[in-house]
Amino acid sequence: MNHPLLTDNDPQKETTTLNLGPTHPATHGVFQNVLEMDGERIVSGVSTIGYIHRAFEKIAEHRPFYQITPLTDRMNYCSSPINNMGWHMTVEKLLNIQVPKRVDYLRVIVMELARISDHLVCNGILGVDTGAFSGFLYLMEEREHIYEIYEEICGARLTTNVGRIGGFERDFNDIAFAKIKKFLLKFPPILKEFETLFNRNRIFIERTAGVAAVDPETALNFSWSGPILRATGVDYDVRVNEPYSSYEDFDFEIPVGTNGDVYDRYIVRNEEMWQSLRIIEQAMQKLEKEQKGIFHADVPEFYLPPKEQVYNNMEALIYHFKIVMGEIDTPKTEVYHCVEGGNGELGFYLVNDGGRSPYRLHFRRPSFINYQMYASMSAGMLLSDAILNMSSLNVIAGELDA
Amino acid sequence: MGKISNQIVLQKITARFGEQVSIPTEPFGFLTFETTKENIIEVLTFLKEDQDLKFNYLTDITGIHYPEQSLPIGVIYHVHSLTNNVRVRIKVFLSGDNPEITTATTLWNGANWMERETYDFFGINFIGHPDLRRILNVDDMTVFPMLRDYPLEDPNRVDKKDYFFGR
Repeated sequence: MNHPLLTDNDPQKETTTLNLGPTHPATHGVFQNVLEMDGERIVSGVSTIGYIHRAFEKIAEHRPFYQITPLTDRMNYCSSPINNMGWHMTVEKLLNIQVPKRVDYLRVIVMELARISDHLVCNGILGVDTGAFSGFLYLMEEREHIYEIYEEICGARLTTNVGRIGGFERDFNDIAFAKIKKFLLKFPPILKEFETLFNRNRIFIERTAGVAAVDPETALNFSWSGPILRATGVDYDVRVNEPYSSYEDFDFEIPVGTNGDVYDRYIVRNEEMWQSLRIIEQAMQKLEKEQKGIFHADVPEFYLPPKEQVYNNMEALIYHFKIVMGEIDTPKTEVYHCVEGGNGELGFYLVNDGGRSPYRLHFRRPSFINYQMYASMSAGMLLSDAILNMSSLNVIAGELDA
Repeated sequence: MGKISNQIVLQKITARFGEQVSIPTEPFGFLTFETTKENIIEVLTFLKEDQDLKFNYLTDITGIHYPEQSLPIGVIYHVHSLTNNVRVRIKVFLSGDNPEITTATTLWNGANWMERETYDFFGINFIGHPDLRRILNVDDMTVFPMLRDYPLEDPNRVDKKDYFFGR
């Protein structure tokens, strides 16, 4: 605060203290910012976080690997499949499990669908915050279609718990593929229409261009990652820098911005959706060349056998018992694996002591790290611009607080 | 993976710091080494500012607790050279009674909340940190919950027997 000596009742105090949040409709989550306001302009601010802290790192120390997957769902719940698969890939790296190419491509499809749903919610909400509700409604319908694809794949919609260590729990059915193909046909015109509504809209540009501009040095100094870092012009994308899940097989570009303002972040996210569509199309083509019916790696020590085999087959029963009771030795080592989440570099730092559950598991959560600049960059901004800035950072409360 | 290999990074670090960095390992190709709390800022500054290495990106700071060690509290830094696409993990182990280490906020502003989180969960005092308060837990909490001796649930509960489930 700039006026530490003046209490709220002091007659000399000229600024107003404003509580933005914790439950304000424009913050899209549980965020509290105590702002000192001079009229409509923010003088200084303090962020308070932790309202939905659920001690995932502590819980993870007491759960076997496969029970940690549902915890990761609840971090970035706008793109939970990316979190799930990032965690699975971390464990696979630890256990040296080679995943078949077909599983990689299936994962890429789901992860890119998740990225699209993450970005379209963010950009849709950004439109709502500037006063344009209609774009949001167009996009929300498409998110619904993505959730229907998730439903076909894993049965769940928001917190998906999709996949297992080694692959998927079941193969994609024909309806799932049909829905993906339909989505690939139906989504581009809608995204195009959304862009027509916003990209060169005078009101939208006036509200967003030049707002909360960040230069690349500051962004790197604050350890930003993801679309907001790329909007400043740094082409850092984990999918390209350290390809995982066969991303090196795909032909796509990293969109970058120039000013790092709200408008650039919007454009970068939109362009990433187009790139994601390209990736899904390529993955669908590559899948046709792969042998059908493979949906998990051959790792009986870690992949639960089908239930009918457990009842009728000795080996399956043994593996089932060992997996559930956590009787399988794992290497005593440490591993860091990161994936490009909806908001940036989502890292899993896993220290294993060979036991049933991780010795220590730390989530590098991009929202947590991206959000720390918010209070300081809000100083000097109009309150309405600060709201847009928060929207475009796409901070997800679950990921912020873990 | 990267444009410069882990060996070159390690050579440059040992040439500069010699015995002050120890136990280099490479789990899954991730160069890892230990240093002391007196040297950590110098090591990080060297990594960040060396013209060939350019570890300009702080990925993460976190803590770990090994109660049976003589220096039980660990601070773990992950730094990343975006230009060379190489990562390095640095560990510093501290004494258990009063874990203290110099802050890295002088090098990266992004270290601010990472160190607050580490303080919040492990009680590590980052000397020189501008605003070392709890961040995710409530302010009047008296314990540091990620320490190994802090139980996950109330140990006096009688309605739930965790040992039935191997926990």
